[in-house]
Amino acid sequence: MAIQTPSFELGSPLVQPTAASASRGYWQSVARRLRRDPVTLICAGTLILIVAASLAAPWLGLADPYKTSMIRRLLPLGSPNYLLGTDELGRDMLARLIYGGRLSLFMGVTPVVCALLIGGLLGITAGFLGGRVNMLIMRVMDVFYAFPSVLLAISLSGAMGAGTENTLLSLTLVFIPPVCRVSESVTTQVRGFDFVDAARASGAGTLTIVRVHVLGNVLGPILVYATSLISVAIILAAGLSFLGLGVKPPEPEWGLMLNTLRQAIYVNPVLAALPGVMIFITSICFNLMSDGLRAAMDVKA
Amino acid sequence: MDTMIPVDRGGPAQPLLLATGLRKHFPVGGGILGRGRKVVRAVDDLTLSVAKGETLGVVGESGCGKSTVARLLIRLIKPDRGTMVLDGDPVDEPHGITVNELRRQVQMVFQDSYASLNPRLTIGETLAFAPKAHGLPAAEARERVRDLLSKVGLDPNNYAERYPHELSGGQRQRVNIARALALRPRLVILDEAVSALDKSVEAQVLNMLVDLKSELGLTYVFISHDLNVVQYLSDRVLVMYLGKIVELGPVEAIYGNPQHPYTRALLSARPSMDPRKRTKEAPIQGDPPNPIDPPSGCRFRTRCPFAEDVCARAEPALSDTGHQSVACHMSIAGSGHSKAVRGGAAAA
Repeated sequence: MAIQTPSFELGSPLVQPTAASASRGYWQSVARRLRRDPVTLICAGTLILIVAASLAAPWLGLADPYKTSMIRRLLPLGSPNYLLGTDELGRDMLARLIYGGRLSLFMGVTPVVCALLIGGLLGITAGFLGGRVNMLIMRVMDVFYAFPSVLLAISLSGAMGAGTENTLLSLTLVFIPPVCRVSESVTTQVRGFDFVDAARASGAGTLTIVRVHVLGNVLGPILVYATSLISVAIILAAGLSFLGLGVKPPEPEWGLMLNTLRQAIYVNPVLAALPGVMIFITSICFNLMSDGLRAAMDVKA
Repeated sequence: MDTMIPVDRGGPAQPLLLATGLRKHFPVGGGILGRGRKVVRAVDDLTLSVAKGETLGVVGESGCGKSTVARLLIRLIKPDRGTMVLDGDPVDEPHGITVNELRRQVQMVFQDSYASLNPRLTIGETLAFAPKAHGLPAAEARERVRDLLSKVGLDPNNYAERYPHELSGGQRQRVNIARALALRPRLVILDEAVSALDKSVEAQVLNMLVDLKSELGLTYVFISHDLNVVQYLSDRVLVMYLGKIVELGPVEAIYGNPQHPYTRALLSARPSMDPRKRTKEAPIQGDPPNPIDPPSGCRFRTRCPFAEDVCARAEPALSDTGHQSVACHMSIAGSGHSKAVRGGAAAA
């Protein structure tokens, strides 16, 4: 956009911009920047592939992920009919890995979404209102912060007992404080801008100001941060399952599979590592995509 | 629509805005329970009135509390003490008007043209925000936006759909001025509104402000550190030092016959185009004292070439000298200062 200085006198014709180009909205310029970032695009593509495969698992013509066979235990990769071999109970690994993605991704995304809603609300409230409200909310969050997140998740799950719901609950609780803290800091920053003061000076209500002027400016950074948390959530959920605190067998879930295949590590190490590879690929994709999004959304033009 | 046009209530003689004894101290540091807390005396017992249709210029060094005054007048910050009366109506008091009603009639233009526009909203959305928040229907708000943009010299067809980062600094500041006019205020506070613009654009915006003032019957409080701009625009000038008024009067009196040593120093410090008018008086040196712990008595005495004992003992009141009001012991008869007008014998 060419910057031009209009010559203005009252009565003179109105100023015309030199370039009559169509105005580009914020999200359009983000999309344009993303298109030039191959790493983010590859990560996003991989994630879409994994998510789509997991969602479409029943219709992919895969073997039954629960069907065991004592004869075909621990077949190596590339065996006929078993592309990725079989696990310690003779179940098809390919089917289990794809089906396992359903639970693993669900366990990764759900707590982050819940934490995003609760922590985001708390953080934006604390950031915008400031003062005592901020003090109250943030000091409570600090209490949760005092524990390492893995330890907190393990102790919460341990106290509530194993199971999918309890894992989700404990992971949500683990993620609320960091989401809250990030939301609070970006909201505090946005609140300091003059346009928020100008909105207050116009006599608009607090909710209107938050909706129109604050949310649009804080959601981006908060969402980017939440994306990076998904990878942590997947790893934590897998870790809980590995410890026997998460999903119960025979459900296919990457962390649990990693745990049960542990015994086979001397017999068929490649096979035993496969669920780990899936966890690794998914979480690194989420991380790199979050980095790419952050870069693309950092508008300083 | 008609309800959005504020009406003149008290007649032309009644001040539009009367602020009495405004005070704002900001706490800094200190312990958790407020022990050992210090305060920055940003604005200390400031009394001013703004007449209808005038431009009141406010000048002073950085950090003297100019911006705090602006934010106090529009109640973006709540004063610790002091009252405000808008055209006869006390603000934020049982029988007066609410802060929201004050903000309908008093608006503000901020210095940083970029930070004062929401980067995620188009210019049209920004301008429509306040009228919509006050219940104007969308269609009328759109019409208002077009009207505002043409008032500030921007083509509505081209600019309403644009984003702030696509505009130049001067254009953005025009948008900010349009936003301040969106609620059809009577008083506009311009807080360093043109200071960040380069000189040619500044001149255009200043001329536009002058035109808008007569066209819309506005009253301005014009805050700036640029003495020439204030002289050009103002009817009356208020000089601030460390949160206090040191001199207040008509622009001719302040610029032609400054009484307070600080005003004189300020005026002599500005660069002159005329080589014959060399700076005669030594400009003041150093920085203003820390407002956390301002000097006793007269706050300017630490940098004043005429400071005497009395200046440390007693605080000079703002007193009328005929043309202007000055807060200096030298202008107060019988104050005890050796240069005081007639008779330094009677120590008050």
